[in-house]
Amino acid sequence: MVLSASDKTNVKSVFSKAGSQVDDLLGEALERMFTTYPQTKTYFPHFDLHHGSAQIKAHGKKVGAALVEACNHIDDIAGALSKLSDLHAQKLRVDPVNFKLLGQCFLVVVAIHFPSVLTPEVHASLDKFLCAVSAVLTAKYR
Amino acid sequence: MVHWTAEEKQLITSVWSKVNVEECGAEALARLLIVYPWTQRFFDNFGNLSSPTAIVGNPKVRAHGKKVLTSFGEGVKNLDNIKATYAKLSELHCEKLHVDPENFRLLGDILIIVLAAHFTKDFTPACQATWQKLVGVVAHALAYKYH
Repeated sequence: MVLSASDKTNVKSVFSKAGSQVDDLLGEALERMFTTYPQTKTYFPHFDLHHGSAQIKAHGKKVGAALVEACNHIDDIAGALSKLSDLHAQKLRVDPVNFKLLGQCFLVVVAIHFPSVLTPEVHASLDKFLCAVSAVLTAKYR
Repeated sequence: MVHWTAEEKQLITSVWSKVNVEECGAEALARLLIVYPWTQRFFDNFGNLSSPTAIVGNPKVRAHGKKVLTSFGEGVKNLDNIKATYAKLSELHCEKLHVDPENFRLLGDILIIVLAAHFTKDFTPACQATWQKLVGVVAHALAYKYH
């Protein structure tokens, strides 16, 4: 799956619109993921997972920064996220199915906060982008 | 049988009561065909699906979207009996339509996003969780009679 020129433009428009809210968006996406897909909590036994948890906020910031980095280097996501890819393969080993779940929740959060930005075309591009990021993060799993 | 709490039932019926089935159905199906273009394989006779604009404006897409979401409404009305509600449709999708059940999951996820965009902040995490459960249950019921 390849990101076209218009995909890249669409993705950048989402993150540009989100601006500094990206941290909050990812925090909310994580919370929704834990509520909607409780099995995802198994990766965070050391976290306080209550609504508004400082740890979730901090983690949202980390994930958000990674997505922004991928967006800013959208022509070479593998290069931009290489270290994160190593981390997920060697240490975190989050089952690949979970990236789709977080992706779904991120799309929901974008739909909630920026419904007019998430046209069908942008929706498609963003979905592709999230798939590309997931593919990079799981690329070295075996 | 699926267990629904009173709160879940409330969240389902209150959201559904505010859904415009025709608009929402049309949008969900259009987005399915746009976001996951391989799903167009089932709609060769729908005419022009050559671009997102064509898909969104396609009258057959609109009509079919309404049909699909109307059927979804049957499940909402029969939450305690969803498998039975979709038994015949499940057979149809297997034997006549030959639809991979994965497509039901894809459409379910798309429906969630359409609802989120429509209801925005009212689509709370509890709401989302309940509706993800519901679309999963409907998808499972539609796949149940596959053989």
